[in-house]
Amino acid sequence: MPTRILIPSGVLCLGFDRAALARGVKAKPDLIAIDGGSTDSGPFSLGAGQSKYARSVTKSEWRELMLARAEAGVPLVIGSAGTSGADACVDWMYDITLELASELGQSLRIARLYSGQPVTRITEALAAGRVRPLTPAPKISAESLAQMTNIVALAGAEQIQAALNTGADIIIAGRTTDTAIIAALPLARGDHAGAAWHGAKIAECGALCSTNPTSGVIMVDFDDAGFTVEPLATGAECTPHSVSAHMLYENADPFILYEPGGYLDVTATQYQAIDSRRVRATGSKWVPGAYTVKLEGARHAGFQTTLIAVLRDAHYVANAAAWIDKLHSFLNALIAQRMGLEPASYDLDFRLIGVNAALGAMENRPGSPTEVGVLLIITAPTQAIAAEIGKLANPHLLHYPLTENEELPTFAFPYSPAQSDRGALYEFGLNHVLALDDPMSAFRLVVENV
Amino acid sequence: MAQICEIAHKVRSKNAGPFWVTVDVFCGTAQAYETLTKALQTEAVAALYHQPSQLLKRFDIPSLNVIKFSFPRPVIQGHRSDRDMHGAGWATLLAEYEI
Repeated sequence: MPTRILIPSGVLCLGFDRAALARGVKAKPDLIAIDGGSTDSGPFSLGAGQSKYARSVTKSEWRELMLARAEAGVPLVIGSAGTSGADACVDWMYDITLELASELGQSLRIARLYSGQPVTRITEALAAGRVRPLTPAPKISAESLAQMTNIVALAGAEQIQAALNTGADIIIAGRTTDTAIIAALPLARGDHAGAAWHGAKIAECGALCSTNPTSGVIMVDFDDAGFTVEPLATGAECTPHSVSAHMLYENADPFILYEPGGYLDVTATQYQAIDSRRVRATGSKWVPGAYTVKLEGARHAGFQTTLIAVLRDAHYVANAAAWIDKLHSFLNALIAQRMGLEPASYDLDFRLIGVNAALGAMENRPGSPTEVGVLLIITAPTQAIAAEIGKLANPHLLHYPLTENEELPTFAFPYSPAQSDRGALYEFGLNHVLALDDPMSAFRLVVENV
Repeated sequence: MAQICEIAHKVRSKNAGPFWVTVDVFCGTAQAYETLTKALQTEAVAALYHQPSQLLKRFDIPSLNVIKFSFPRPVIQGHRSDRDMHGAGWATLLAEYEI
Protein backbone atom coordinates (compact mmCIF):
# COMPACT_ATOMS: atom_id res chain seq x y z
CA MET A 1 0.00 0.00 0.00
CA PRO A 2 1.51 3.39 -0.94
CA THR A 3 2.71 5.29 2.12
CA ARG A 4 3.33 9.01 2.45
CA ILE A 5 5.65 10.28 5.19
CA LEU A 6 6.11 13.94 6.08
CA ILE A 7 9.52 14.95 7.53
CA PRO A 8 9.44 18.50 8.96
CA SER A 9 13.23 18.82 9.28
CA GLY A 10 16.47 16.95 9.81
CA VAL A 11 16.25 17.34 13.56
CA LEU A 12 13.88 19.00 16.00
CA CYS A 13 15.29 22.47 16.91
CA LEU A 14 16.85 23.10 13.51
CA GLY A 15 13.78 25.04 12.36
CA PHE A 16 11.49 24.46 9.38
CA ASP A 17 9.53 26.41 6.80
CA ARG A 18 6.01 26.81 8.28
CA ALA A 19 4.26 27.27 4.94
CA ALA A 20 5.93 24.11 3.67
CA LEU A 21 4.82 22.20 6.76
CA ALA A 22 1.23 23.40 6.24
CA ARG A 23 1.44 22.27 2.61
CA GLY A 24 2.64 18.89 3.81
CA VAL A 25 -0.24 18.49 6.25
CA LYS A 26 -2.76 19.34 3.50
CA ALA A 27 -1.21 16.65 1.28
CA LYS A 28 -2.51 14.01 3.76
CA PRO A 29 0.57 12.17 4.98
CA ASP A 30 0.21 8.80 6.73
CA LEU A 31 2.74 9.75 9.40
CA ILE A 32 4.91 12.67 10.51
CA ALA A 33 8.45 11.71 11.54
CA ILE A 34 11.30 13.79 12.92
CA ASP A 35 14.70 12.97 14.31
CA GLY A 36 15.56 14.26 17.77
CA GLY A 37 19.32 13.84 17.75
CA SER A 38 22.36 11.69 17.13
CA THR A 39 25.92 11.34 18.36
CA ASP A 40 26.86 14.36 16.22
CA SER A 41 27.65 16.71 19.07
CA GLY A 42 29.75 14.31 21.06
CA PRO A 43 29.35 12.08 24.10
CA PHE A 44 27.93 14.60 26.58
CA SER A 45 24.22 14.11 25.92
CA LEU A 46 24.47 10.35 26.25
CA GLY A 47 26.86 10.47 29.18
CA ALA A 48 24.82 12.97 31.19
CA GLY A 49 21.37 11.99 29.91
CA GLN A 50 20.63 15.60 28.92
CA SER A 51 19.44 17.20 25.71
CA LYS A 52 21.89 19.56 24.04
CA TYR A 53 19.03 21.65 22.69
CA ALA A 54 17.26 24.51 24.43
CA ARG A 55 14.02 23.45 26.09
CA SER A 56 12.31 26.62 24.85
CA VAL A 57 13.12 25.87 21.22
CA THR A 58 12.24 22.21 21.59
CA LYS A 59 8.89 23.10 23.10
CA SER A 60 7.96 25.75 20.53
CA GLU A 61 8.83 23.53 17.55
CA TRP A 62 7.15 20.49 19.13
CA ARG A 63 4.03 22.58 19.69
CA GLU A 64 3.83 23.27 15.95
CA LEU A 65 4.30 19.60 15.15
CA MET A 66 1.67 18.55 17.69
CA LEU A 67 -0.76 20.98 16.03
CA ALA A 68 0.19 19.62 12.61
CA ARG A 69 -0.43 16.08 13.88
CA ALA A 70 -3.85 17.01 15.22
CA GLU A 71 -4.81 18.53 11.89
CA ALA A 72 -3.45 15.62 9.85
CA GLY A 73 -4.92 13.03 12.23
CA VAL A 74 -1.92 10.73 11.89
CA PRO A 75 0.83 9.56 14.25
CA LEU A 76 3.73 11.86 15.08
CA VAL A 77 7.03 10.08 15.80
CA ILE A 78 10.26 11.47 17.21
CA GLY A 79 13.35 9.25 17.29
CA SER A 80 16.50 9.71 19.36
CA ALA A 81 14.53 12.09 21.56
CA GLY A 82 16.49 14.66 23.54
CA THR A 83 19.64 14.31 21.39
CA SER A 84 21.05 11.00 22.62
CA GLY A 85 17.82 9.07 23.20
CA ALA A 86 18.91 8.07 26.70
CA ASP A 87 15.98 7.17 28.96
CA ALA A 88 16.26 10.48 30.84
CA CYS A 89 16.03 12.32 27.51
CA VAL A 90 12.83 10.43 26.63
CA ASP A 91 11.39 11.47 29.99
CA TRP A 92 12.40 15.09 29.32
CA MET A 93 10.62 15.01 25.96
CA TYR A 94 7.60 13.34 27.56
CA ASP A 95 7.36 16.13 30.15
CA ILE A 96 7.39 18.74 27.40
CA THR A 97 4.70 16.78 25.55
CA LEU A 98 2.50 16.59 28.65
CA GLU A 99 2.82 20.35 29.19
CA LEU A 100 1.86 21.02 25.59
CA ALA A 101 -1.03 18.55 25.62
CA SER A 102 -2.44 20.44 28.57
CA GLU A 103 -1.81 23.89 27.04
CA LEU A 104 -3.31 22.86 23.68
CA GLY A 105 -6.21 20.93 25.22
CA GLN A 106 -5.28 17.76 23.33
CA SER A 107 -6.27 14.28 24.53
CA LEU A 108 -3.55 11.92 23.40
CA ARG A 109 -2.37 8.35 23.46
CA ILE A 110 1.40 8.60 23.92
CA ALA A 111 3.87 5.75 23.54
CA ARG A 112 7.37 5.97 24.94
CA LEU A 113 9.94 3.59 23.53
CA TYR A 114 12.93 3.25 25.85
CA SER A 115 16.29 2.19 24.34
CA GLY A 116 18.35 2.34 27.54
CA GLN A 117 20.26 -0.83 28.40
CA PRO A 118 20.94 -1.99 31.95
CA VAL A 119 24.66 -2.71 32.32
CA THR A 120 23.88 -6.24 33.53
CA ARG A 121 22.07 -7.07 30.27
CA ILE A 122 25.08 -6.04 28.20
CA THR A 123 27.55 -7.75 30.55
CA GLU A 124 25.59 -11.01 30.31
CA ALA A 125 25.30 -10.68 26.53
CA LEU A 126 29.05 -10.06 26.32
CA ALA A 127 29.75 -13.22 28.30
CA ALA A 128 27.35 -15.13 26.04
CA GLY A 129 29.12 -13.91 22.89
CA ARG A 130 26.13 -11.81 21.82
CA VAL A 131 28.00 -8.48 21.85
CA ARG A 132 30.25 -8.14 18.83
CA PRO A 133 32.76 -5.41 17.95
CA LEU A 134 32.52 -3.20 14.88
CA THR A 135 35.64 -1.57 13.38
CA PRO A 136 37.27 0.12 15.21
CA ALA A 137 35.97 -0.90 18.63
CA PRO A 138 37.33 -0.03 22.06
CA LYS A 139 38.14 -3.09 24.17
CA ILE A 140 35.34 -3.77 26.62
CA SER A 141 34.95 -5.85 29.73
CA ALA A 142 32.49 -6.21 32.58
CA GLU A 143 34.54 -3.57 34.43
CA SER A 144 34.52 -1.04 31.59
CA LEU A 145 30.80 -1.61 31.00
CA ALA A 146 30.15 -0.92 34.67
CA GLN A 147 31.68 2.55 34.21
CA MET A 148 29.11 3.55 31.57
CA THR A 149 26.61 6.13 32.76
CA ASN A 150 24.29 5.34 29.86
CA ILE A 151 24.13 2.60 27.27
CA VAL A 152 21.53 2.72 24.51
CA ALA A 153 20.67 0.36 21.69
CA LEU A 154 19.59 1.79 18.37
CA ALA A 155 16.03 0.66 17.66
CA GLY A 156 15.08 -0.31 14.13
CA ALA A 157 11.82 -0.57 12.24
CA GLU A 158 10.44 -3.45 14.35
CA GLN A 159 10.43 -1.49 17.60
CA ILE A 160 8.83 1.56 15.96
CA GLN A 161 6.21 -0.73 14.41
CA ALA A 162 5.48 -2.13 17.87
CA ALA A 163 4.94 1.43 19.09
CA LEU A 164 2.70 2.24 16.11
CA ASN A 165 0.67 -0.91 16.79
CA THR A 166 -0.36 0.50 20.17
CA GLY A 167 -2.45 3.05 18.29
CA ALA A 168 -0.42 5.92 19.74
CA ASP A 169 -0.96 9.46 18.48
CA ILE A 170 2.56 10.41 19.51
CA ILE A 171 5.59 8.16 19.81
CA ILE A 172 8.55 9.42 21.78
CA ALA A 173 11.36 7.03 20.99
CA GLY A 174 14.73 6.84 22.65
CA ARG A 175 17.73 6.06 20.49
CA THR A 176 16.73 4.75 17.08
CA THR A 177 18.58 4.59 13.79
CA ASP A 178 17.96 7.84 11.93
CA THR A 179 16.04 5.92 9.28
CA ALA A 180 13.86 3.59 11.37
CA ILE A 181 11.20 6.16 12.29
CA ILE A 182 10.58 6.79 8.57
CA ALA A 183 11.02 3.25 7.24
CA ALA A 184 8.84 1.51 9.85
CA LEU A 185 5.41 2.31 8.40
CA PRO A 186 6.12 1.65 4.69
CA LEU A 187 7.75 -1.65 5.71
CA ALA A 188 4.72 -2.58 7.84
CA ARG A 189 2.44 -1.87 4.89
CA GLY A 190 4.41 -4.07 2.54
CA ASP A 191 6.11 -1.40 0.44
CA HIS A 192 9.42 -2.23 -1.23
CA ALA A 193 11.94 -2.86 1.56
CA GLY A 194 14.96 -1.43 -0.27
CA ALA A 195 12.96 1.67 -1.14
CA ALA A 196 11.69 2.03 2.44
CA TRP A 197 15.19 2.13 3.92
CA HIS A 198 16.71 4.16 1.11
CA GLY A 199 13.91 6.74 1.05
CA ALA A 200 14.22 6.99 4.83
CA LYS A 201 17.96 7.60 4.58
CA ILE A 202 17.45 10.29 1.94
CA ALA A 203 14.80 12.07 4.02
CA GLU A 204 16.25 11.69 7.52
CA CYS A 205 18.18 14.95 7.28
CA GLY A 206 15.12 16.82 5.97
CA ALA A 207 15.80 19.13 3.06
CA LEU A 208 19.54 18.42 3.09
CA CYS A 209 18.82 16.19 0.07
CA SER A 210 17.45 19.22 -1.82
CA THR A 211 18.87 22.41 -3.27
CA ASN A 212 17.60 24.40 -0.25
CA PRO A 213 18.93 22.54 2.81
CA THR A 214 17.61 24.97 5.43
CA SER A 215 13.97 24.81 4.29
CA GLY A 216 13.50 21.58 6.24
CA VAL A 217 10.31 20.01 5.01
CA ILE A 218 10.39 16.88 2.83
CA MET A 219 7.70 14.45 1.68
CA VAL A 220 8.46 10.88 0.66
CA ASP A 221 6.03 8.57 -1.14
CA PHE A 222 6.82 4.87 -0.85
CA ASP A 223 5.28 2.11 -3.00
CA ASP A 224 5.91 -1.47 -4.07
CA ALA A 225 8.77 -0.58 -6.43
CA GLY A 226 10.50 2.57 -5.23
CA PHE A 227 10.13 5.94 -3.57
CA THR A 228 9.61 9.54 -4.67
CA VAL A 229 11.02 12.44 -2.71
CA GLU A 230 9.83 16.03 -2.89
CA PRO A 231 10.88 19.15 -0.96
CA LEU A 232 7.88 21.22 0.09
CA ALA A 233 9.38 24.70 0.44
CA THR A 234 8.82 27.10 -2.43
CA GLY A 235 11.85 27.14 -4.69
CA ALA A 236 13.47 24.04 -3.17
CA GLU A 237 14.23 21.25 -5.62
CA CYS A 238 15.37 17.65 -5.44
CA THR A 239 17.52 16.56 -8.36
CA PRO A 240 18.95 13.10 -9.09
CA HIS A 241 22.31 14.58 -8.07
CA SER A 242 21.14 16.18 -4.81
CA VAL A 243 19.32 12.97 -3.81
CA SER A 244 22.00 10.45 -4.75
CA ALA A 245 24.72 12.65 -3.24
CA HIS A 246 22.95 12.50 0.12
CA MET A 247 24.11 8.89 0.55
CA LEU A 248 27.61 10.37 0.98
CA TYR A 249 26.60 12.41 4.01
CA GLU A 250 27.96 11.14 7.34
CA ASN A 251 28.29 7.67 5.79
CA ALA A 252 31.64 5.92 5.69
CA ASP A 253 30.35 3.78 2.80
CA PRO A 254 28.07 5.61 0.32
CA PHE A 255 26.46 2.42 -1.04
CA ILE A 256 25.86 0.27 2.02
CA LEU A 257 23.89 1.15 5.14
CA TYR A 258 23.60 -1.32 8.02
CA GLU A 259 20.33 -1.44 9.92
CA PRO A 260 18.92 -3.87 12.47
CA GLY A 261 18.21 -7.10 10.60
CA GLY A 262 20.16 -6.48 7.41
CA TYR A 263 21.63 -3.84 5.17
CA LEU A 264 20.64 -1.51 2.38
CA ASP A 265 22.57 -1.66 -0.89
CA VAL A 266 22.10 1.26 -3.29
CA THR A 267 24.82 0.24 -5.77
CA ALA A 268 22.25 -0.43 -8.51
CA THR A 269 19.75 2.33 -7.66
CA GLN A 270 18.41 4.38 -10.56
CA TYR A 271 17.50 8.02 -9.87
CA GLN A 272 15.06 9.71 -12.20
CA ALA A 273 13.80 13.31 -12.25
CA ILE A 274 9.99 13.26 -12.42
CA ASP A 275 9.92 17.03 -12.84
CA SER A 276 12.08 19.93 -11.71
CA ARG A 277 11.48 19.24 -8.00
CA ARG A 278 10.72 15.54 -7.53
CA VAL A 279 13.00 12.52 -7.85
CA ARG A 280 12.05 8.85 -8.05
CA ALA A 281 14.48 6.11 -7.06
CA THR A 282 14.16 2.42 -7.88
CA GLY A 283 16.43 -0.59 -7.70
CA SER A 284 17.58 -0.21 -4.09
CA LYS A 285 18.12 -3.56 -2.42
CA TRP A 286 17.47 -4.71 1.13
CA VAL A 287 19.62 -7.68 2.11
CA PRO A 288 18.29 -9.42 5.23
CA GLY A 289 20.78 -10.72 7.79
CA ALA A 290 21.14 -11.55 11.46
CA TYR A 291 19.13 -9.36 13.84
CA THR A 292 21.57 -7.07 15.64
CA VAL A 293 21.18 -3.60 17.13
CA LYS A 294 24.03 -1.15 17.44
CA LEU A 295 25.09 -0.09 20.93
CA GLU A 296 26.27 3.31 22.08
CA GLY A 297 27.70 3.92 25.50
CA ALA A 298 29.34 6.80 27.29
CA ARG A 299 31.38 6.73 30.45
CA HIS A 300 32.57 9.31 32.84
CA ALA A 301 36.14 10.38 32.04
CA GLY A 302 36.99 12.92 34.72
CA PHE A 303 36.26 16.59 35.22
CA GLN A 304 37.61 19.60 33.39
CA THR A 305 38.68 23.16 34.10
CA THR A 306 39.83 25.48 31.32
CA LEU A 307 41.74 28.75 31.08
CA ILE A 308 42.38 31.02 28.12
CA ALA A 309 45.19 33.56 27.81
CA VAL A 310 45.88 35.59 24.70
CA LEU A 311 49.47 36.32 23.68
CA ARG A 312 49.87 39.58 21.72
CA ASP A 313 53.55 40.39 22.31
CA ALA A 314 55.26 39.52 18.98
CA HIS A 315 58.14 37.71 20.71
CA TYR A 316 55.74 35.45 22.61
CA VAL A 317 53.52 34.92 19.57
CA ALA A 318 56.56 33.77 17.56
CA ASN A 319 57.68 31.45 20.38
CA ALA A 320 54.27 30.26 21.58
CA ALA A 321 55.02 26.55 21.06
CA ALA A 322 58.26 26.74 23.05
CA TRP A 323 56.52 28.81 25.72
CA ILE A 324 53.77 26.23 26.35
CA ASP A 325 56.32 23.38 26.43
CA LYS A 326 58.31 25.19 29.09
CA LEU A 327 55.22 26.21 31.02
CA HIS A 328 53.89 22.65 30.89
CA SER A 329 57.05 21.25 32.53
CA PHE A 330 57.06 24.05 35.07
CA LEU A 331 53.42 23.38 36.01
CA ASN A 332 53.99 19.62 36.31
CA ALA A 333 56.79 20.27 38.78
CA LEU A 334 54.72 22.80 40.70
CA ILE A 335 51.69 20.47 40.89
CA ALA A 336 53.94 17.68 42.23
CA GLN A 337 55.46 20.04 44.78
CA ARG A 338 52.31 21.82 45.98
CA MET A 339 49.62 19.21 45.46
CA GLY A 340 51.63 15.99 45.58
CA LEU A 341 50.15 14.78 42.27
CA GLU A 342 52.05 12.82 39.64
CA PRO A 343 51.48 13.85 35.98
CA ALA A 344 49.79 10.48 35.29
CA SER A 345 46.93 11.40 37.62
CA TYR A 346 45.78 14.48 35.66
CA ASP A 347 46.11 15.90 32.14
CA LEU A 348 47.21 19.33 30.95
CA ASP A 349 46.45 19.97 27.29
CA PHE A 350 47.60 23.26 25.71
CA ARG A 351 45.97 24.31 22.42
CA LEU A 352 47.39 27.21 20.42
CA ILE A 353 44.43 28.94 18.80
CA GLY A 354 45.66 30.67 15.67
CA VAL A 355 48.45 28.15 15.14
CA ASN A 356 47.13 24.57 14.99
CA ALA A 357 44.26 24.24 17.47
CA ALA A 358 41.90 22.50 15.02
CA LEU A 359 44.25 19.96 13.47
CA GLY A 360 47.13 19.56 15.93
CA ALA A 361 49.94 17.39 14.60
CA MET A 362 48.16 16.97 11.24
CA GLU A 363 48.39 20.72 10.55
CA ASN A 364 50.77 21.39 7.69
CA ARG A 365 50.20 25.13 7.40
CA PRO A 366 50.62 26.37 10.99
CA GLY A 367 49.61 29.99 11.28
CA SER A 368 51.88 32.97 11.95
CA PRO A 369 49.22 35.18 13.48
CA THR A 370 49.21 38.59 15.14
CA GLU A 371 48.03 37.04 18.39
CA VAL A 372 47.70 33.52 19.75
CA GLY A 373 45.02 32.18 22.05
CA VAL A 374 46.38 29.69 24.57
CA LEU A 375 43.67 27.34 25.73
CA LEU A 376 44.63 25.17 28.69
CA ILE A 377 42.32 22.19 29.22
CA ILE A 378 42.81 20.48 32.59
CA THR A 379 41.33 17.02 33.15
CA ALA A 380 41.42 15.51 36.64
CA PRO A 381 39.59 12.83 38.64
CA THR A 382 37.42 15.35 40.53
CA GLN A 383 36.17 18.85 39.79
CA ALA A 384 37.86 20.06 42.97
CA ILE A 385 41.27 18.85 41.78
CA ALA A 386 40.76 20.25 38.26
CA ALA A 387 39.72 23.60 39.75
CA GLU A 388 42.67 23.59 42.14
CA ILE A 389 45.10 22.94 39.27
CA GLY A 390 43.38 25.75 37.35
CA LYS A 391 43.98 28.17 40.22
CA LEU A 392 47.55 26.96 40.58
CA ALA A 393 48.17 27.52 36.84
CA ASN A 394 46.43 30.89 36.72
CA PRO A 395 49.29 33.26 37.78
CA HIS A 396 51.77 31.43 35.56
CA LEU A 397 49.55 31.48 32.49
CA LEU A 398 49.39 35.22 33.15
CA HIS A 399 53.06 35.97 33.84
CA TYR A 400 55.34 33.08 32.88
CA PRO A 401 58.53 34.40 31.19
CA LEU A 402 60.28 32.71 28.26
CA THR A 403 63.71 33.47 29.75
CA GLU A 404 64.87 34.15 33.27
CA ASN A 405 66.49 37.52 32.63
CA GLU A 406 63.49 39.47 31.49
CA GLU A 407 60.83 41.63 33.01
CA LEU A 408 57.72 39.62 33.91
CA PRO A 409 55.33 39.60 30.95
CA THR A 410 51.57 39.92 31.44
CA PHE A 411 49.22 38.35 28.95
CA ALA A 412 45.56 39.05 28.21
CA PHE A 413 42.91 37.22 30.23
CA PRO A 414 39.47 37.71 28.69
CA TYR A 415 37.54 37.43 31.98
CA SER A 416 37.76 37.06 35.73
CA PRO A 417 38.10 34.53 37.20
CA ALA A 418 40.32 33.21 34.43
CA GLN A 419 39.46 29.57 35.11
CA SER A 420 36.14 27.99 34.14
CA ASP A 421 34.95 24.70 35.56
CA ARG A 422 33.45 22.65 32.74
CA GLY A 423 32.00 19.87 34.85
CA ALA A 424 32.05 16.20 33.95
CA LEU A 425 33.73 14.87 30.83
CA TYR A 426 32.31 11.80 29.09
CA GLU A 427 33.71 9.60 26.38
CA PHE A 428 32.21 7.08 23.99
CA GLY A 429 33.14 3.56 24.97
CA LEU A 430 31.17 1.24 22.66
CA ASN A 431 31.21 0.56 18.95
CA HIS A 432 29.51 -2.80 19.10
CA VAL A 433 26.34 -4.61 18.11
CA LEU A 434 24.05 -6.72 20.28
CA ALA A 435 22.44 -9.83 18.77
CA LEU A 436 18.74 -10.25 19.62
CA ASP A 437 16.34 -13.15 19.06
CA ASP A 438 13.33 -10.95 19.73
CA PRO A 439 13.70 -7.31 18.59
CA MET A 440 11.65 -6.06 21.55
CA SER A 441 13.67 -7.96 24.16
CA ALA A 442 16.07 -5.02 24.64
CA PHE A 443 13.44 -2.27 24.42
CA ARG A 444 10.61 -1.13 26.66
CA LEU A 445 7.32 0.32 25.52
CA VAL A 446 5.11 2.38 27.85
CA VAL A 447 1.74 3.66 26.66
CA GLU A 448 -0.46 6.20 28.41
CA ASN A 449 -3.58 8.16 27.59
CA VAL A 450 -3.38 11.78 28.68
CA MET B 1 50.86 22.80 -9.16
CA ALA B 2 47.33 23.51 -8.05
CA GLN B 3 45.40 23.03 -4.84
CA ILE B 4 42.51 20.54 -4.91
CA CYS B 5 40.10 23.34 -4.00
CA GLU B 6 41.10 25.22 -7.15
CA ILE B 7 39.98 22.26 -9.28
CA ALA B 8 37.13 20.72 -7.25
CA HIS B 9 33.79 22.40 -6.62
CA LYS B 10 33.86 21.60 -2.89
CA VAL B 11 35.66 19.46 -0.33
CA ARG B 12 33.82 18.64 2.91
CA SER B 13 34.42 16.35 5.86
CA LYS B 14 32.26 15.10 8.71
CA ASN B 15 32.17 12.34 11.28
CA ALA B 16 30.47 9.16 10.14
CA GLY B 17 29.57 8.24 13.71
CA PRO B 18 31.98 8.78 16.62
CA PHE B 19 34.60 6.39 15.26
CA TRP B 20 34.96 7.41 11.60
CA VAL B 21 35.57 10.49 9.50
CA THR B 22 34.58 10.80 5.86
CA VAL B 23 35.91 13.32 3.35
CA ASP B 24 33.98 14.02 0.14
CA VAL B 25 35.61 15.69 -2.87
CA PHE B 26 32.87 17.09 -5.13
CA CYS B 27 34.75 17.52 -8.40
CA GLY B 28 31.88 19.34 -10.13
CA THR B 29 32.64 18.23 -13.69
CA ALA B 30 33.64 14.99 -15.41
CA GLN B 31 36.86 16.67 -16.46
CA ALA B 32 37.79 17.71 -12.92
CA TYR B 33 36.82 14.22 -11.74
CA GLU B 34 39.14 12.63 -14.27
CA THR B 35 41.99 14.96 -13.33
CA LEU B 36 41.56 14.39 -9.60
CA THR B 37 40.99 10.62 -9.62
CA LYS B 38 44.29 10.26 -11.46
CA ALA B 39 46.23 12.82 -9.43
CA LEU B 40 45.04 11.82 -5.95
CA GLN B 41 47.09 8.89 -4.71
CA THR B 42 45.41 6.96 -1.92
CA GLU B 43 48.72 6.61 -0.05
CA ALA B 44 49.28 10.37 -0.16
CA VAL B 45 45.82 11.06 1.24
CA ALA B 46 46.43 8.51 4.01
CA ALA B 47 49.72 10.24 4.84
CA LEU B 48 47.98 13.63 4.90
CA TYR B 49 45.72 12.31 7.67
CA HIS B 50 48.50 10.34 9.41
CA GLN B 51 46.62 7.12 8.61
CA PRO B 52 47.94 3.71 7.58
CA SER B 53 46.69 3.43 3.99
CA GLN B 54 45.15 0.00 4.56
CA LEU B 55 42.59 1.63 6.87
CA LEU B 56 41.62 4.28 4.33
CA LYS B 57 38.58 3.41 2.22
CA ARG B 58 38.34 5.12 -1.14
CA PHE B 59 35.27 5.37 -3.34
CA ASP B 60 35.51 6.81 -6.86
CA ILE B 61 31.93 7.64 -7.89
CA PRO B 62 31.77 8.79 -11.53
CA SER B 63 27.96 9.19 -11.51
CA LEU B 64 28.39 12.02 -8.99
CA ASN B 65 31.90 13.15 -9.97
CA VAL B 66 32.80 12.51 -6.35
CA ILE B 67 35.85 10.95 -4.70
CA LYS B 68 35.20 9.84 -1.14
CA PHE B 69 37.69 8.85 1.55
CA SER B 70 36.71 7.30 4.90
CA PHE B 71 38.98 6.28 7.75
CA PRO B 72 38.80 5.58 11.47
CA ARG B 73 39.27 8.65 13.64
CA PRO B 74 42.72 8.53 15.25
CA VAL B 75 41.03 10.02 18.31
CA ILE B 76 37.48 8.97 19.15
CA GLN B 77 35.02 11.84 18.91
CA GLY B 78 34.83 13.73 22.18
CA HIS B 79 37.88 12.13 23.78
CA ARG B 80 39.74 14.71 25.85
CA SER B 81 42.40 15.03 23.14
CA ASP B 82 39.89 15.46 20.29
CA ARG B 83 40.31 18.84 18.62
CA ASP B 84 37.39 18.90 16.22
CA MET B 85 34.17 17.38 17.57
CA HIS B 86 32.43 17.19 14.18
CA GLY B 87 35.46 16.43 12.02
CA ALA B 88 34.47 19.23 9.67
CA GLY B 89 37.86 20.97 9.72
CA TRP B 90 39.68 17.96 8.30
CA ALA B 91 38.44 18.78 4.79
CA THR B 92 40.77 21.76 4.58
CA LEU B 93 43.85 19.52 4.62
CA LEU B 94 42.70 17.85 1.41
CA ALA B 95 41.28 21.07 -0.08
CA GLU B 96 44.70 22.73 0.29
CA TYR B 97 46.65 19.69 -0.89
CA GLU B 98 48.72 20.47 -3.98
CA ILE B 99 48.83 18.20 -7.00
